[in-house]
Formats: sequence, C-alpha cells, structure tokens
Amino acid sequence: MSAIDVAGITVRYGDLVALDKASISVADSRVTGLVGVNGSGKSTLFKSILGLLTPESGTVLVRGMTPAAARRAGVLAYMPQNEGVDWDFPVSVGDVVMMGRYGSQGFTRRVRAIDRTAVAEALARVELDTASSRQIGELSGGQRKRVFIARAIAQGATTLLLDEPFAGVDRRSEATITALLRSLSAGGASILVSTHNLDSLTALCDEVFLWNRRTIAHGTPDAVLTTHNLARAFGDTRGDARGDTHGTTSDEATR
Amino acid sequence: MNPLDYLLEPLAYDFMQRALVVTVVASAVCALLSCWLILIGWSLMGDAVSHAVLPGVVLAYIAGVPFAIGALIFGVGAVFLIGAVRDTTKLKEDAAIGVVFTTLLAFGVVLISVTPSQTDLSHILFGNLLGLSIADVGQIVVLAALAGAVLILKRRDLTLFAFDPTHAHAMGLSPRRLSALLLGVLALTVVVALQAVGVVLVVAMLITPGATAFLLSRRMSHMLVLAPVLSVAAALVGIYVSYWANTSSGGMVVLCQGILFTLVYLFAPRRGLLATRIALQRRKHALMQESSPGF
Repeated sequence: MSAIDVAGITVRYGDLVALDKASISVADSRVTGLVGVNGSGKSTLFKSILGLLTPESGTVLVRGMTPAAARRAGVLAYMPQNEGVDWDFPVSVGDVVMMGRYGSQGFTRRVRAIDRTAVAEALARVELDTASSRQIGELSGGQRKRVFIARAIAQGATTLLLDEPFAGVDRRSEATITALLRSLSAGGASILVSTHNLDSLTALCDEVFLWNRRTIAHGTPDAVLTTHNLARAFGDTRGDARGDTHGTTSDEATR
Repeated sequence: MNPLDYLLEPLAYDFMQRALVVTVVASAVCALLSCWLILIGWSLMGDAVSHAVLPGVVLAYIAGVPFAIGALIFGVGAVFLIGAVRDTTKLKEDAAIGVVFTTLLAFGVVLISVTPSQTDLSHILFGNLLGLSIADVGQIVVLAALAGAVLILKRRDLTLFAFDPTHAHAMGLSPRRLSALLLGVLALTVVVALQAVGVVLVVAMLITPGATAFLLSRRMSHMLVLAPVLSVAAALVGIYVSYWANTSSGGMVVLCQGILFTLVYLFAPRRGLLATRIALQRRKHALMQESSPGF
C-alpha cells in the first residue's frame, strides 16, 4: 500500500486551474521529491492531501483513509514554510514539539509522563535536546526546520509533508536534515518534500515527481532531472503559473 | 490622614466594593483573552465585536432580558457579517471590519437616542462602575468565570491554533471550531467588560494587557499569568485614583493600563526601547573599538 494516493484531482481557483487531473502516488518508507516552480500547484496538492480544500473531482487517500480519517488517526504531519511561521511567537522549542502530542492527549491536553519522554526523545533525535527551553526565534534556519521535524516525530506521524525544507538553511544544516530524513524513512516513514531547489535532491530523494499542475515526469532523481524534462517543467513557467493558455511551450502535458 | 485610610476609606461604600470586584474580575478575564487576540492578530476583531454588541445590549434592555443574550447575538452576528463581506467582495478584512462595526455601533447609538430613560443606557457607552447593582455584579462574575474557565481549560489548543492552525488541522483538531470558540468567549468577555468601562473603552482591556505581557515575556505560559496580574494591578490603581481625584472611573482604569504599557515599552528588560537602544550602543561601541587604529 502506498502512503499517499492521489487520483485525478482537479482544483480551480476561479478561472485558474491549479491542479489539472493530477495524480501522484507516494511510496511507503521512501523520500519523494515534488519539484516545480512557484505557482505549479505544489501547495495546492499539499492542501488537498491535508484536506484543507476539497478537489472538484478525483480522490485522495492517505494510508487507505480519507484525509479526515487520516488526520484523526494522527498519521499526517506538516512542516510549514519559513514565511508561514510567526518566529516571534512566545513558544519554546519544547512547547512546539509538545504540540505534536495533542492529538493523543485528553480534553485539556494535560501533559503526561509519556508525552515528556516522547518530546525528549524527539529532541534528542534531531540534536536539539539542549535547546528545549529556547524561544523558537532564537534558533538558526536549520535548527528551526529540525524543531518541526521533531514535532512530527513526537506525534508518531508516518506520513510527512515538508514544504521547502531547505529554504534559508545553510549547507551544513542541509546535510544534517538530509541525513535525518533519510533515517526517518529507513525507519518506515513516508516523506513528501516540496521544493523548487534542485540541488540536494539526489542525496535526499529516492524518487522525484516533476510537477506542473500534474505530473510531468516521474522516476529516480537522475532519470527525471534531465535537461529535456527540466525545460518542460521550468521553461515556460510564468505563463503557466498565471494559467496563460498562450504559452510558447509545445508540450501538451503542461496544457 | 493615615496612609492606610486612602485604601480603606473607599471600601466603606457598597458601590465601591462592587466596583472593585467587577474591575478585578473584568480586567483579569479580558487580560487572559488579550494574550491570544494580539498573537493571532485579532486586535481589530476585538475592537469590532466590542463595539458591535451595542445594539444588542440596547435591545436586550428594551426586551427586559439579560444584556449578555443581546450582546452574544450581535457579537456573533458581527463576526459572521464581517466574514461574509470579506469573502464575497474583494475588500480587505480591515475594511470589512470597519464598515460592519461602525454601522452596528451607529445603530446602537440611534436606538439609545429613541429609547426612554437615556441616562441609564448612555452608561453602556462609557461604563458605570459606580452604579452597579448586586444583580449586575452577580451576572458579571458568573459570565467571567465561564469565559475564564473555557480559556484556561482550552489554553493549549488555543495557543496551537494561534501559532500553527495548519498543524492543528493536520492533527485532526478543527481550527474553525477553535476560532468559533474564541469568538464566542470574546463576545462573552465584552459583556463582562462593557459594564465596567463601557463599549468605547472595552477594546483597551482586550488588547493592552496582552501587549504589555508580550513585551515582558517570551513564553505563553508566563504571559497568561503576567497579563492578568498586571492588568488587575493597573485597574485597582485606576479605581483608587479615580475615587480620590474624582475622575471617570472607567477612563482612569484604561488610562492606567496605557501608562503601565508605556512604562514597560520604555523600560522592559529585553524588549524595552531603552534596553534595545543600550544594546545597540554597546555593539556600536565595541565595533568602534575594534576598528580604531592602534587597536
């Protein structure tokens, strides 16, 4: 069974077609890359998987469940982009990781011993155990990303959606995060990484979907990231991002 | 006069005792709520709801039902209207908020002007701390206890909703339900506070304490203690000053909140203006030393 099965979904914002009969299948225990330019519908795909919006046609299954059932089962975790987070928010690193435990806690989210252990273990796993009481804004770019990975670990999520995990991250942290995600997937987690950054894909991903409102190409990073494919995905992107039907690319797949 | 008499003399009057109870209760629950409002960016929403309840309160008075019922209906109604105007037009949210709440406020003012016994109702605009009946006090305490209990029991969910609603959603919580809960508590809290300081000044109680606590702390759990404590302290000072200086009590309470905010803004240890300026000067100084010749 695959972790995520999206079959033929279409999402429109007014006249703009964000996803056009798009399908994607994310395999179990693997890191899958979702590569496309801004406006290619990556975020819309994430929203559909999370159930934040309902496609007008097609189906979304997460571990064989509807998005709503998957959310209740606690299998889904989402790591936001940098811009999606208020870094001045008065929460500590430990507080954020503890939020991963809310789904399994009682009505008032009283912290139990088991939660404390889970948070400590998750922080140790991402090597932030000494930073637990620091306010999240005090961390470096790479550490900030690791906090959210720790939250997913504490949650016990098996299906992770990561939005631009390498934005604002230096080379060394990038290697740390890559190693961390590889070890998580080796432990059974399925990870879908959305990015428009082509470096580091080979080191991180088992397979890659080249994306522009639907799959343009799919396979191992080396097989997919060819000049020809990239031209198809990135070539006439501005027009496509605006939903311009008079683009100059000759490929039907982008239509 | 013995200095202690300054504190004790006002307590000899029933109306002052009631005023003190209501002020403490209202400022504590408003301060709690304000922590989330300022973090979500709902300060303007607090402003809107607090003003929009006016016609509801006046109609409740005319119908002879508790103020809270009318206020709740109009508070929630205002939120729906704002959402409807925002979602069905291309207007930005602040414009939608502005149009809806000023219209409702004006409706309330017009209602007051055509309702007999105007003196009584004008108190809703500016508060009537010194004229509260025992029944008023009872109602305020019950509503405040309810609002406070909801906020304290659901504080972790509300903080998660304020910080990362997408994650709340992904874990099976409902951001929509949490935001509705917070708006419901907001309407309830407005009812509590408007009888103390009035519709016009409620919004100060709903924003200033949280803003003050935010400048002093980097942990939500600390803010949720600091905000009510500071707010109650400022309110008590306000009541006493208004008694001895013979000023508007609601006005003085809010003024004291603002003065406390100003002091914190200037002198807070880490985020205060003075502290950040000094830190900046030190860095500059250190830089000059490094780059000076012969060093």
